[in-house]
Amino acid sequence: MARFIVRRIASMIAVLFAISVLTFLIFQAIPNGDPAQRLAGRTSTPETVAAIRRTWGFDKPVYDQYLLTMEHVFKGDIVSYTQQVNVEQEIVQDLPPTLSLAIGAGIIWLVLGVALGLLTAARAGGLVDRGLTVLALVGVSVPVFLLGAVLLYVLAYEVPVFPNGGYVGLTADPLQWLWHMILPWAALSALFIGVYSRVLRANVLDTMSEDFVRTARAKGLSRRRVLVRHVLRSSIIPIVALWGLDFAATIGGGAILTESVFNLHGVGQYAAQSIGQLDVPPVLVIVMFGSFFVVVMSALTDIAFAVIDPRIRLA
Amino acid sequence: MLGLRPLRRDRTAVAFGALFVVIVALCLAAPLYARDVAHTGPNANHVTDTVRVGGKAEDVVSPDGIPIGPTWHGRFLLGADQNGRDIAVRLLYGGRNSLEVGAIATFITMALATLLGITAGYYRGAFDGVTSRGLDLIWAYPVPLLGIALGTSLALGGLNLGLFTLSGNSLLVPALIIGFVYIPYVAKPVRAQVLGMREREFVEAARSLGASNRRIIFHEILPNAASTVIVFAPLILANAILLEAGLSYLGAGVQPPNPSWGTMIGDGIGLLPSSIHMTLVPGAMLVLAVLGINVLGDGVRDALDPHTSARVPH
Repeated sequence: MARFIVRRIASMIAVLFAISVLTFLIFQAIPNGDPAQRLAGRTSTPETVAAIRRTWGFDKPVYDQYLLTMEHVFKGDIVSYTQQVNVEQEIVQDLPPTLSLAIGAGIIWLVLGVALGLLTAARAGGLVDRGLTVLALVGVSVPVFLLGAVLLYVLAYEVPVFPNGGYVGLTADPLQWLWHMILPWAALSALFIGVYSRVLRANVLDTMSEDFVRTARAKGLSRRRVLVRHVLRSSIIPIVALWGLDFAATIGGGAILTESVFNLHGVGQYAAQSIGQLDVPPVLVIVMFGSFFVVVMSALTDIAFAVIDPRIRLA
Repeated sequence: MLGLRPLRRDRTAVAFGALFVVIVALCLAAPLYARDVAHTGPNANHVTDTVRVGGKAEDVVSPDGIPIGPTWHGRFLLGADQNGRDIAVRLLYGGRNSLEVGAIATFITMALATLLGITAGYYRGAFDGVTSRGLDLIWAYPVPLLGIALGTSLALGGLNLGLFTLSGNSLLVPALIIGFVYIPYVAKPVRAQVLGMREREFVEAARSLGASNRRIIFHEILPNAASTVIVFAPLILANAILLEAGLSYLGAGVQPPNPSWGTMIGDGIGLLPSSIHMTLVPGAMLVLAVLGINVLGDGVRDALDPHTSARVPH
């Protein structure tokens, strides 16, 4: 176990390093993207541009610039090019909406995905199964920003039940917070419910044909008890793994589209804005932050697997 | 193909597949529609024009900037956008672009992922190590973030690889990006399958008969990995079209004035709540096309490989 954790941490650091280099290089490749020019503004003399280039270190070779940037990232004093505000503080400010979105939607899509998956598997081939399968396929075929925009149009404009986007802090006004989050949760989880219910349905149907299920039935357990206590227990493992990764990606800026269409001012929207302004530092930090969650979550789910299922060996 | 025979009995899958084919055919007929029915091009501006609806002339775009809704006649059948462009014409031309981006991206993903997955799984060793770490790297990068980072960078700068140059507004830019982003989601399962397959008796038999590595890969491994690859193809196509829409909505995909379903939905969302038709028309077309692919792909999976639960994130 200890060896596994050490190895996992080492590979995590390697992946994060590679991701930071990749992100840095993506923005280095832009020919007209001279950050000194943009920092100096439109009405600048060549002298000020040159001065900025020197003080920010843009005249140094690429690897020096990379090291300099990473030094600032780890010291926590990296500033963005356009607004020149501290990037890490900005991200901390943007975390509450992103966390509200990810946690709320994550719980909804996990619970509903598992419930619908079980229901369709128990009624496989029947009318309920076919109806819900079509619904799940529609769910995965609608882009989240389209669903979000239509929800806003119908439920915030035509019939003004919900507010028209935006975010209210949980501590500031819990009721308003809930009111503002319902539509984003619905839009984001629709897609995942479709995916999860179908994956679980397939897993349950696979597991039902195994010997231990027949044994459980043979010793007199009811169908329901076999389904919930025996089948679900082994078929939920891949779902937990998926959930960990999807949840991590959502926290790490993966919900860009949902955050943008509902104007939640979260981490993803910050990333989208910064990318539009070719502002490298925020993008770099957010991407590292996001992949950090993905990598940590995938390690945690591996460990969780070994705990749930003793047959799995950690290699 | 023998394995696909059950698909023909799956009427739902066939019906939705047909729906997708109809949409593709309509989009291919875009120039005919533009010339003979709408009498305008996808990027032609009609802000100051009027159109006769029910006998009286109406502004294509009203003085306060609100475009006309569906007229249900030849000109502006499905309404106009904020620049007075015919939405029906843009819908068909945009569909060509969306489908083209999706198809090229899917081709890139499938070709590279199959190649990488099979060679890494077959040869193992150092090559597998490097390939797998590379795939892990792309895989750990949240898909939309990587997509818009690459999209913004390449849309501004274009791509210049010596002999091969692309301008930033080329359709190939989003196609390459999307094709690249999805590689690990196919390559990893293919590699895992090949890792198991190379120890099986039929590979051993081929090897003991003196078959070369190349022959084993193309004549033994590839045909057996084909069903996995085929199951993934519609899934990747559907997701590629959705990702194109998302990137275009954020301005990092198909570049204006080129239409695509994603850019059109983005234009429409910008004008909500006044002109809902600008969002709903391309949105409905996109959903129908993707749904068609997804239901067909589901049928293909049931027919070929009921045990795989293939999954790709958006």
